[in-house]
Formats: sequence, structure tokens, C-alpha cells
Amino acid sequence: MRWGNLAKFLVPVIAILVVFGLYASPLAYSIKQGLDLQGGTHVVMEAVDTPEAKVDEDAIQRAVQIMERRVNSLGLTEPIIQRQGDRRIIIELPGVKDAEGAIAIIGKTALLEFKDEAGNTVMTGNDLTDAKERLDQNHSGAVVDITFSDQGGKKFADLTAKNVGKRIAIVLDNEMLTNPTVQEAIPSGKAQITGSRSLDEAHNLAILLRSGSLPVKLNIIETRTVGPTLGQDSKEKSEIAFLISIVAIVVFMLLFYRMSGLVANIALVLYVLVLLFCMKMLNATLTLPGIAGIILSMGMAVDANVLIFERFKEEYRAGKTLRAAMDAGFSRAFNTIIDSHLTTLIAAAVLFFLGSGTIKGFAITLGVGTILSLFTAITITRSLMKALMNANIFKSGKIFGA
Amino acid sequence: MKFNIIGKRYWWFLLSALIMVPGLISLAFQGFNLGIDFTGGTLLDLRFSKAVTVAEVRDVLHQYNLEGSTIQLATGADTGSSSDVFIRTKVLDESERVTVLSGFQEKLGAFDVLRVEKVGATIGSELTRQAVIALVISWVLMIIYITYRFEFTFAVSAIAALVHDIIVVLGLFSLLQREIDASFVAAILTIVGYSINDTIVIFDRVRENLKTHRKSESFQELVNRSIWQTMTRSIYTVLTVLFCAIALYYFGGETTKNFALALIIGFTSGAYSSIFNASPIWVTWKEWQERRRLQPKAKGAN
Repeated sequence: MRWGNLAKFLVPVIAILVVFGLYASPLAYSIKQGLDLQGGTHVVMEAVDTPEAKVDEDAIQRAVQIMERRVNSLGLTEPIIQRQGDRRIIIELPGVKDAEGAIAIIGKTALLEFKDEAGNTVMTGNDLTDAKERLDQNHSGAVVDITFSDQGGKKFADLTAKNVGKRIAIVLDNEMLTNPTVQEAIPSGKAQITGSRSLDEAHNLAILLRSGSLPVKLNIIETRTVGPTLGQDSKEKSEIAFLISIVAIVVFMLLFYRMSGLVANIALVLYVLVLLFCMKMLNATLTLPGIAGIILSMGMAVDANVLIFERFKEEYRAGKTLRAAMDAGFSRAFNTIIDSHLTTLIAAAVLFFLGSGTIKGFAITLGVGTILSLFTAITITRSLMKALMNANIFKSGKIFGA
Repeated sequence: MKFNIIGKRYWWFLLSALIMVPGLISLAFQGFNLGIDFTGGTLLDLRFSKAVTVAEVRDVLHQYNLEGSTIQLATGADTGSSSDVFIRTKVLDESERVTVLSGFQEKLGAFDVLRVEKVGATIGSELTRQAVIALVISWVLMIIYITYRFEFTFAVSAIAALVHDIIVVLGLFSLLQREIDASFVAAILTIVGYSINDTIVIFDRVRENLKTHRKSESFQELVNRSIWQTMTRSIYTVLTVLFCAIALYYFGGETTKNFALALIIGFTSGAYSSIFNASPIWVTWKEWQERRRLQPKAKGAN
């Protein structure tokens, strides 16, 4: 027995197990969780062309800004607003309590129109820069002050000049807000809407008017809400599935490969640890399919070891010494491992580039897992096996599963 | 010599056909049970505070002319009532959805929202297109890779086995009328990426044995030997991955159940087809090439 080599084996093994025991769980929980695990709402909006407004880059950028304002008003901790392609906006609202209410606020079309008596739309919410409520003593009630943009001010001056004595309609989402008679031309670029019953009502109207200046029509084309109950349930179930998988693999490897299996198991534990660490570093989001990817990749991670150990068995039975057989096992299985891992990687890459949402999460764990397992299953297993064999404690091939 | 797998190849082809044909017939006649990810629609997954029956739920939906919707109670409910209800309707817009939900609250009492999803019809058709593109791209890339590493005959045999696996999974999902959603596409691609592994491991051994093989040994014997040399590995690996997929199916989250089922079917089929389809196809092709190469010579001798 050689103590130095035994230490070379035992020290890393114990270190890996201790680190895993201490940090695996906190590490896993520190990774950002997807909406399907923590609960929340995912909304996809698409801008569509209307006769009044065609979708262009500028319009989308402004729409995103408006969405940011609306989402911020919900007071959530980490909402995400991002563009997808030319016409889509994705909004994620983690942990939102009143999902339907939030969707209603985000999805409010709020198309504000100023119409003349003939029903022609003369101006839209675009021409507005601000709207504020206040209590007006003269009108014995709440009013909303609106300020027009330069261009809007001109349009409004023109509209009022042409329609003195007639009524104009201010219409929000095809619903008439107010229908005042024009007393005189208003060239100042400012106007007032009276007739709100309370300050609260005026306040809501002002919000609608302000955010009503969406430059284009946005349709909600997809919403996905996961309640916190289901999220919690998914998390717990995933944990159980993970534990059962890892225990099943560990027992299997020990039964069929003994000491070699033990080494493969240590490499597997390290693999899980490094995979979690990488996800944390990549700032990746852990989704339910992502966890499925981790669980599956554990099964695939030991595949490389199975290949190596089977090769080792063959070489050993053909008459090689333990060490020579192990070396041959590693070097001859290497090509096969590379080939088989690369094809899985191709599938993961295609999924990553073509998949969307949670599927991307699966592609990431599968892809990163495949690359990492190459390292743990080959490098780590090899050096541990070497140290173990050099320690000369076990001299029979049986102990190594051969 | 061990059991002659290649020699019985036509029996294996027949067995594969027997598995594939019912699936293909089902595909042609009843198609898939497509989820809203593909068709567009609204999904309501609710947990009521008391158990409800399908009839009660349908009654409520009737008020909104949605009585034709799919209604399912949580799996494992034999009593005809359950607190977990899964409803799939046509696309409801935001206000319609709020109305329906409040209708439920009024008639059937309080509930907890497990999942509420709406997918527009355009998104659904995009997903179908993306799935097909992804599948084709992954196949092309793999043909290129295997052709580069091995040779074209290997690549085509491997892909043929893959097509077999995909047909088996699609066919069984159609036969069982299991719901197909976006994660099913991921499952199919995972099967593609994984089950080709098994084939490659065997082909790798065939390639290695080809280098040292004696003239007296036929393609059949050589491939048979290669299959048996890698048999333990083929079985062990599929077992470790199946442990994981089965654990996911029985213990994992509700939403990944069908995903795990697709993997279980696909991995099993993949292990089978690597041994019993891919290699026999390659041998058949090689023997045919060999015959063609020898024929003109034979004529010349006459």
C-alpha cells in the first residue's frame, strides 16, 4: 500500500463530497428561477399595422418604454421587458399576485381619438404629451388638464377653429369619454376635460390618457400564468425526481462497477456541482424543463464512464494488467465518447437557436451538461482511477468491476 | 458464436413495421391530441376548494357557449369528482377569460389558479413550423457529422433508425391520444440527439473492427461481433437514462409528465433501433454494394 497515492485519492473524494453536502442545495436555490417554478405571468404582445399607424422601429421602441412605465406601476421586484424580433414585446412578471389585473393594465389598448362631428378621427393619443388630474373649484369637480405636443397643439387649434359651436368627441377605445361643444378656437396647446365625478375617476382617466399614447396597436398574443401553488408543487416534485435519479444511478454504478463505479459516482457528484455553478455564473434561469435537462444529463454523464469501464473490462480480460487495461480503456473509448457527445450537442444547439422560452432553458442545461460531463467523466475519473490503482490496495480486477 | 442478430434482420424489420404501422394508421385517421401550444386556445388549470364534477364545470361553460371545450379532472380521480380541473377552450380574449373565471367563482366557489394560458393561433402555427425546421436541421447536421467522421452509408443507416424512433413516438402518442405541447418538440430533439449515441457507439466498433478484420469474415459476422462487444454498454446506458426519465415521469412535475413519457418511449425505441435496425440496414446496404462491385467482374470473366 502506498499512502501518498491513497491520499491523492481520498483527499479530492472527501473534498468533493463535503463541498457537495454543504453547497449543492444553497447553490441550486440561488439560481434564478423561471416563472414556472416561482409563479408569475408571461405575456407576449405583437404590434400590428392599423390605417392610422404603421409599425416601425421608432414606434416599437416607444411602445417598450410605455410598457416599462405600466409594468413599473405594478411594483414587482424583477420584471423583465424585452423585445423579440421586429414586432414583439415579451413581458415577464414574476410573483405577480393579481395576474388578470396586471394583464389588464399591460394590455390596455387605450387608443385615444379626437373626432369631429362627422366622425372623422382628427387626432390620436400620439399628439398628447401629458395629462394630469386636479380639483377645479370653478367647475365644481375634478378635471383633467391635457398638454399637446407641438404638432398636436397645431392640429387641435385647427380642429377647434373649424368646429366652433359644434361638438367634438374624445373617444377612448371606441368609448366616448366626453363630448364637449367647442366654445372657441384653442391655440394654446392645452385643454381641459371636465365632467369627472371624482378626483379618483379623473386620476384614472389621466393615467389612461398618458399611457394611451401608444404609438401602435399592440395585441396580446400569448399569456401564461403559473400560480404559486403549482410552482411550489413543481419544485418539490423536481427535487424528488432528482434525488431518486441520482440514487438510482449511484446504486447501479456501484453494483455493476464496484470501485470504478464509486469513482464514476464521485465524478457525477462533482458534475452536478459544476453544472449548477456554471448556470449560476451564466446567470441562466432554471425552468422545469431545465431541471428535466439536468436530471437527464446525469444519466448521460455516466454513459462516458460506462463506455470506458466496458472497454477496460475487455482489455483486462484480454490479459492486460489493471493499469494498462485502464489506460487502454480511456484512450480507446475516447473517440466514441467525443462522437456520441457531439451529436447530443448538435441537438441541444438546434433547440437553443430555434426553441423559445422554457425550451431554451432545457437546451442550455442539456448543452452545458454535455460539455461538462466530458470533462468530469474523462479527466476527473481518470486521475482518481490512477491514484486509486497506484495506491495498490486493490489488486484484483473484480474489485474494479472486471 | 453468439445469437446471430444480423442473420435475423428481416424479422427485426418486420417487428419494427408491426410497431410503426398501427401508429401510422392512427396518425392518418385520428391524428394528434394537440395542445394549445399548437392549435392556439386558452387553458385553465384550476384547483377548487371543494371537489367538482365534469358536468358542473360544463354547466358553467355552457353559459358562455363554451360547452364544447375539453374538460379533464386531475389524474387518479376515479370518483368522478376532483378539486383539480383542467379546461381547454378556444382562444378567449382577456375580458372573456375574466368573465369565465368569475363565473366559476360564482357557481362553484373559490379556486386557486394553478395555470392559465392563452396562446394565439399564429404562435401555434409558428411552433409547428419551428419544430419541423429544427428536426430537419438536426438531421442534416448529423448526416454531415457522421459522414465526416465515418462514411455516408453509416450516416444514412443511423438516420433511418432515428426516423424509426420518431415514428414510434409520434405513433404511440397518437394511439394513446396523449397531449402534445411545446415540450414534446424538445423531447423529440432530445431523442434524436441521444438515440443516435447508441448507433454511433456500435458503428464506432464496426469501424474499428473493419481495420483489423480478416478477409474470411463477412460483413454480417463482423457487425454481429461488434454489436455483441458493445451490448453491455448499450443496455447499461439506456438503463441509467431510463431511470432518470422514469423518475421524472412518476415523481416529476405534472407539466413534464408527457415530456418524460415521450423520452421513455423514444429512448427504449432508440436502444432497440440502434442494435436491430441501424446495423442491419448498414449490412444490407454494404452487401448490396459488394454485389454490385463484383457483378461486372463476373460478367467479364465469362
